[in-house]
Amino acid sequence: MENKVKLELMSKSSNEAFARIAIAAFVSQLDPTIEEIADIKTAVSEAVTNCIIHGYEEKEGLIYITCVLNNREVTIEIKDNGIGIENIDMAKEPLYTSKPELERSGMGFTIMESFMDEMKIESIVGMGTKVTMKKVIK
Amino acid sequence: MNIKYDEVDKLLTCQITEEIDHHTTEKIRRILDDEIERYIPKRMVFDFDKVSFMDSAGIGMILGRYKMLRMLGGSMEMINVNSNVRKIFEMSGIPKIIQIK
Repeated sequence: MENKVKLELMSKSSNEAFARIAIAAFVSQLDPTIEEIADIKTAVSEAVTNCIIHGYEEKEGLIYITCVLNNREVTIEIKDNGIGIENIDMAKEPLYTSKPELERSGMGFTIMESFMDEMKIESIVGMGTKVTMKKVIK
Repeated sequence: MNIKYDEVDKLLTCQITEEIDHHTTEKIRRILDDEIERYIPKRMVFDFDKVSFMDSAGIGMILGRYKMLRMLGGSMEMINVNSNVRKIFEMSGIPKIIQIK
């Protein structure tokens, strides 16, 4: 069984809640536990917030989300056409943030990595960033 | 957000009544900083009973207020933290410096 949804949204912070709730609603057809849904909502919220704050630096842009359900596996892809990440290893370091003045904790990628089963970051400076996350619903 | 100040105990209680993310923390932070500056509380209690969702934006928000309170000589604690929110706090090491009841 395969099912898929695509979302395209403006990079406005008011869309963070929409994005995580929409993906959670789509995934709910696999009958996940409350904890699994909470993990997915958090991971989506982190990735979308990154697109807004870092990818587009709070300027206007579009965020593309694709969510695929394949048997019990959820694959979520979140992409922006923003500034990209120069050093992905550094960005993934827990507590590292390029924006401490915004009181960012630097825990975004660490949370995505530990709440999902797999996380992959692909980025080209000046072109954008794509985060792909997978989680098996037990 | 429900905020109460007890003059006798110099206790500021703050019940957050919405989801905590990058979008909502901007407003929450502004309101709380005004209240902290106004009362300079000895103790601040964050009630998370009505918080159904929090992402890493909450870590920065709590740490920022904690630093401000410490500078003014106050302390902070958090109550009614559900397991999803607690998981985020635990990843950041916050329970080592701020008491969660």
